[in-house]
Amino acid sequence: MNEPVVVRQCVDGPMLVRGADVVLDDQGNEHRVTRPVVAVCTCGKSQRKPWCDATHKVIPR
Amino acid sequence: MQVPHARGPLSAWVRDVLVGVDPGHAPDVPEDALTGNEDAQLALWMTYELHYRGFDDVSPDAEWDLGILALRRQLERRFEEQLRAVTASAEVPLDTDVGEVLLDLAQSADGPSIALRLQRDATVGQMRDYLSQRSIVQLKESDPHSFVLGRLDGAAKVALAELQYDEYGGGRPGRLHAALYAQALRAAGLDPQYGAYIEQASAVTLASVNVMSMFAFNRRLRGASMGHLAIFEATSSLPRRRISRGLERLGFPEDVRAYFDEHVEADAVHEHVVAHDICGCMVAAEPDLRDDVLFGALVCLHMDDLVACDFLQRWDSDLQVAS
Repeated sequence: MNEPVVVRQCVDGPMLVRGADVVLDDQGNEHRVTRPVVAVCTCGKSQRKPWCDATHKVIPR
Repeated sequence: MQVPHARGPLSAWVRDVLVGVDPGHAPDVPEDALTGNEDAQLALWMTYELHYRGFDDVSPDAEWDLGILALRRQLERRFEEQLRAVTASAEVPLDTDVGEVLLDLAQSADGPSIALRLQRDATVGQMRDYLSQRSIVQLKESDPHSFVLGRLDGAAKVALAELQYDEYGGGRPGRLHAALYAQALRAAGLDPQYGAYIEQASAVTLASVNVMSMFAFNRRLRGASMGHLAIFEATSSLPRRRISRGLERLGFPEDVRAYFDEHVEADAVHEHVVAHDICGCMVAAEPDLRDDVLFGALVCLHMDDLVACDFLQRWDSDLQVAS
């Protein structure tokens, strides 16, 4: 059973990724996905990259 | 867990029923605000706890004792009326997308910040007070919402199941969020047992967990339960990062911070899942639930403010917080 990986861009927020096994960060490092859904940082300011840590909420849009 | 000691006539009556003493007639439920009434909140908490882990030496049949259920119904009616009254005049952002409304509401929260205090100024004793009070909620983290799962259908149900799977460790018992909290308590030198701090739990701490149970145990309020959860998740990530920094500042061990660090990441995901995939799909399927979703969200914001004020007042008025 191969379910497609689904990526959804949240409004002013991260990308929600369902079904991925590995996410590569901007340095090419592999991060294993250990949750059913992960939020990938798109603002570039997360301190837990590649994962969102909600920092986007405190930076001016 | 032992049946807690009574703090007034209502909790004394429930306690008597549970321990098998003739309780006489149930006392009247007071007219004034129940949120800060520790006797009423403890009584309500005890009636709910029968559905979770129960109490040592209390018959499991007490869960459906008609006298207890009758008193609970009265307490719940009064409590819900009061919560509806305090949230009735709140301004709700105008947006047709309920998920965006929920996230905007969370973003607009401007009450006192307990997390900021814990990050910058709190003492070790205050941090321990915070950890032990919140154990009343966190040691059964996500359990109220599991009761709602069977009341949803379709996409909303799938999304709640997905969320709960993550909360319950994603297939790894050691990652169960309630177990991470127990580990944090242990590492902080506190008692990790379920219910260990119930005798110290303030009225507001009890009220904050009672609203979750009230919303979860009444099918009618399933929308409120999920709206409450949306705000709970969407106001979690940044504050928990602050608390983690406070723990680091105060020299607490890594195992205490692990719980908070996990939530920084998990709740950054969960807020979107609850707002859009659970609440959005729920309201799409049952449009009449929209008002209750927003009611639950406003109650969570209200309770968060009360919880913060409760801690700040206690710490500012009593510098001798037990440590």
